[in-house]
Amino acid sequence: MSRKIRVLLAKPGLDGHDRGVKVIARALRDAGMEVIYTGIRQTPEQIANAAIQEGVDIIGLSCLSGAHTHLFSKVTQILKEKGAADIPVMGGGIIPSEDIPTLEKAGIRGIFQPGTSTEEILKYIQENVKLS
Amino acid sequence: MGGNIREEKERWEKTTLNKALTKSKEREDVFRTTSQIEMKRLYTPLDTDDIDYCHDLGFPGEYPFTRGVQSTMYRGRFWTMRQYAGFATAEETNKRYKYLLDQGQTGLSVAFDLPTQIGYDSDHPLAEGEVGKVGVAIDTLKDMEVLFDGIPLDKVSTSMTINSTAGVLLAMYIAVAEKQGVKAEGLQGTIQNDILKEYAARGTYIFPPLPSMRIITDIFAYCKNHVPRWNTISISGYHIREAGSSAVQELAFTLADGIAYVEAAIKAGLDVDSFASRLSFFFNAHNNFFEEIAKFRAARKLWAKIMKERFKAKKESSSMLRFHTQTAGCTLTAQQPDNNVVRVAFQALAAVLGGTQSLHTNSRDEAFALPSEDSVRIALRTQQIIAHESGVADMVDPLGGAYALEDLTNEIEKKAMDYIEKIDSMGGAIKAIEEGYIQQEIGESAYQYQKEIEAKKRIIVGVNQFQVEEEPLRDILRISPEVETYQREKLAKVKRERDQAKLAEVLSALKKTALGTDNLVPSIVEAVRAYASLGEISDVLREVFGEYREN
Repeated sequence: MSRKIRVLLAKPGLDGHDRGVKVIARALRDAGMEVIYTGIRQTPEQIANAAIQEGVDIIGLSCLSGAHTHLFSKVTQILKEKGAADIPVMGGGIIPSEDIPTLEKAGIRGIFQPGTSTEEILKYIQENVKLS
Repeated sequence: MGGNIREEKERWEKTTLNKALTKSKEREDVFRTTSQIEMKRLYTPLDTDDIDYCHDLGFPGEYPFTRGVQSTMYRGRFWTMRQYAGFATAEETNKRYKYLLDQGQTGLSVAFDLPTQIGYDSDHPLAEGEVGKVGVAIDTLKDMEVLFDGIPLDKVSTSMTINSTAGVLLAMYIAVAEKQGVKAEGLQGTIQNDILKEYAARGTYIFPPLPSMRIITDIFAYCKNHVPRWNTISISGYHIREAGSSAVQELAFTLADGIAYVEAAIKAGLDVDSFASRLSFFFNAHNNFFEEIAKFRAARKLWAKIMKERFKAKKESSSMLRFHTQTAGCTLTAQQPDNNVVRVAFQALAAVLGGTQSLHTNSRDEAFALPSEDSVRIALRTQQIIAHESGVADMVDPLGGAYALEDLTNEIEKKAMDYIEKIDSMGGAIKAIEEGYIQQEIGESAYQYQKEIEAKKRIIVGVNQFQVEEEPLRDILRISPEVETYQREKLAKVKRERDQAKLAEVLSALKKTALGTDNLVPSIVEAVRAYASLGEISDVLREVFGEYREN
C-alpha cells in the first residue's frame, strides 16, 4: 500500500484571511492526504524550513493581501537555496491573472484564483506529486 | 373573505396546493436559509399571531428598536454612504478621499495596510511585500497629516478599520485635528477597536486578550471624557461572516463579543450608561435577502433586551443598536465580474431595508484587487440609486409586519440566543474563543458552504453554472513595489528630524503607564505628537504585554 501524500499548507505574510486555506486543508484530509497547516503570519523562511523538516510532497501557499508575488517567490527562492527546489509549490488567493507569468517564472506551478473548487486542487496535487 | 384562516389554509392545502404538487414537485424538498432555518412555502397571519406588537416591535426610535433606531429613519436623512478605501501611500489615498467626497460620498472610511494594523512600521522585515497593499501605510503622524490634508475634520465623520493599534490611530487622528484647529470634542467617527473578532476570524491581533481588553476599556473611558461623539468600538460580525459563518452565527458571536466588552468596561469601573451609547456594530449583508433583513431587525431587538435586562441600562440610547453594513466580499466572483454589481445591489437593498446607519457597497473587481476608481463609482452609485430612485427609503421599516419577515426575525433571534446562552455557559466570548469553539463553528459552516457549491446544491452564477469563456479583467488597481521604498524613505526622514530627547521621554512614559494601571490613551497621544512611530509605540506595548499566538 502506498503512503499518504503529505501537504504543507501555509499563509505567508501578515494576511489573516484563512477561510480558504482551512477549507482546503479539510478537503485534502477528507480525501486521505496528510495535511500540515502552519497557521497565519508565517515568514517565507519558516515555511521553507517546515516543508523540509516535515518532508512534505508539496507546498500550498495562500495569500489574499496582494503580497503574493513577493512572498511566494521568496518561498521558492529559499527552497532553492536550501537545495529543496524539488518540492513543488502551488498557491492561491486574490491573484490577478496578470501576475501568473511572474509567479510561474518564480517556480510556482499551480496557481488557483477565486472560484476554484477543492476538487481541482486535489486533482492537481494527485497529478503533480510522484510518491517515491 | 372572512372565515377562519386556519381552516381556510387547511382547505387550500388539501385542494389547490395538493393539486399543484401532484402535477409537479417543488425544486427542493426543504428550503433553508444559511442558518438552516426552514423557510415555509407560505406565511400567513398564523405565523405572527404570537407577536405582541407593542412589546416585540414597538415604534421606531423606541425600545426595543426592532423597527429602527430613529423615528423617521431615512425620511429624515439617508444612511451615511461610506466607502472603505485606502491604498499605497497617504498621498494617493488622500486623492481618492477627495474624489469620493466630490462624488457625493458622505463619510470617510479608512483602510490601513496590514503592517499598520499589526503594529509594524514600513521598514520592519515582516512588512516586506505588504506595505500599502490592503490599505494605506501609516507610520507616523506625518502620514496622517497627509492623509487628511484639505479634509475638514470638523465636518466629515471618519471610520477607521483598526483594532490592535486602534489607540495609536485614534491618537493620531486627534493630533491631526488639533493641527487643523479642531478640538477632540467635535470629532465624529468610529474606530473598529474590536479585538475579539480578530482572534476569532480576522487575524490582526498583537497582544493577548487581557491587555487587549484593557486598551479597549481605556479607550472607552478616555473618549467618554475627551471625544464624546466618537464611536469607541464597532463590534463586528462582518469578518465572522466573511470567514464563513451563517447569519445566525454572525449575529450571535457579534453580540456575545459585545457582551464581553460591556462586562469588561463595567469591571473596569465604568457605569454602563456612560459608554453604552457609543458602542456601534458592523454587519455583513450577504445573499439571502430576507434572512439578512431579518438578521438586522433581530440584532436591534436582541441587543436592546441584553442592555436593558442583563446590564440594567437606564438610558434609552444605551439599548440602541446602531450599525454599519458592508456587502459581502466573499460573495463576489472572479468569474463574470460585472455580475457582482447586481449582487451588491441586492445586498445593499437588504441593508437599507434592515435599517442600517451607514453602508459600504463593494466593487465588482474586488475578487482580484482593491477597486479601481471606475468600479468604486458604480458601487457608490448603487447606493445613490437605492436612496434617490427606488423609493424604499421613503417609509420606515417598510417590511415590518410581513408575515414571513417577522417570523424569520423571531427565528433568528431565538437561534442566536441559543448560541449566546451556550457561550455564556462556557464562561463568555473570550473563553469560547480561547477554546476555539467559535472558530470551529465558523469553520464548519464555511466547509459545508463550499461542499454545497461543489455539489451544485448551491448555485453561484458564473462559477458553478452559467459559465462562459472570458478574458482576464483589465484595468485593475496595482500597488507598485516602489510604494514600500517611498514609505521607508519618508519614515527615515521623520526619524532623523524629530526631537530625539523628547521621543525617548514619551516612550519611557508610555512604558511606565503600560506597566501601571493608568489610562493608556494620554501617553499614546503624547507619543504620536512627538512623532513616535506606530511600530515604536507597539513595540513598547509588546514588551510589556507580550504577544498572542494562535493555537
